[in-house]
Amino acid sequence: MQIKVDTSVIGQTRWYEYAIRFLFGGLITAGAGIIAKKFGPVVGGLFLAFPAIFPASATLIEKHEKQKKAAPGLPGAQRGREAAGIDAAGSAMGSVGLLVFALLVWQLVPRHSTWTVLIGATVAWLTCSVLIWHV
Amino acid sequence: MSQILVRFLVGGAVVSAFSIIGDLLKPKSFAGLFGAAPSVALATLGLTVATEGAAYGATEAHSMMAGAIAFTAYASCVSWVMMRYKVRALWVTICAIPLWLGVAFGLWYVWLK
Repeated sequence: MQIKVDTSVIGQTRWYEYAIRFLFGGLITAGAGIIAKKFGPVVGGLFLAFPAIFPASATLIEKHEKQKKAAPGLPGAQRGREAAGIDAAGSAMGSVGLLVFALLVWQLVPRHSTWTVLIGATVAWLTCSVLIWHV
Repeated sequence: MSQILVRFLVGGAVVSAFSIIGDLLKPKSFAGLFGAAPSVALATLGLTVATEGAAYGATEAHSMMAGAIAFTAYASCVSWVMMRYKVRALWVTICAIPLWLGVAFGLWYVWLK
């Protein structure tokens, strides 16, 4: 399947939808730090993989797909649900890459430069995720 | 307090950046990969290692593996429910959060505690 970039989505997304994702992203990042301070890094680390903006993103996808189909007078609710479901299936594949990211950081960060490890682990996350999606 | 504010701003920016990349991409199954981007980890681990040390950051990353496994269970469950039943995305994604918590803390209890 061919990968495409669709910039028309930017115009469909309202400012408050961006703001909601910024807010949730910021809150969970700050929250993970607070939890780590209070309960230690073992518990705090769990929240580095918390699905922080998943509800906001899935709702947005469902809404946009529904609107797209509703415009030519087609029933869009079913298509919206399916699109959100397919997106979630992609995230499940990406979460295997997230596991690889965490494994690499765990093993390499004590011995190498932090930013080199984080950049390398991010490349590994993307490579692993794309490979799983492709297969 | 200032460190929490920095985390909030950096976290918001990194999470938003990955979600915008996901918005732009098609097909949706490929875009979904970016829903599992290590955005919170990228926003927080650099600062954590700088302030608390590499061993602390490594411990967090070790625990993050359990969180990632919980994420797989969560996203798979959301996908399955959305494809099978006529339910709104908001309700499914929020109602499945206890699944993430259950798997993550279950793994913490048997593996990391």
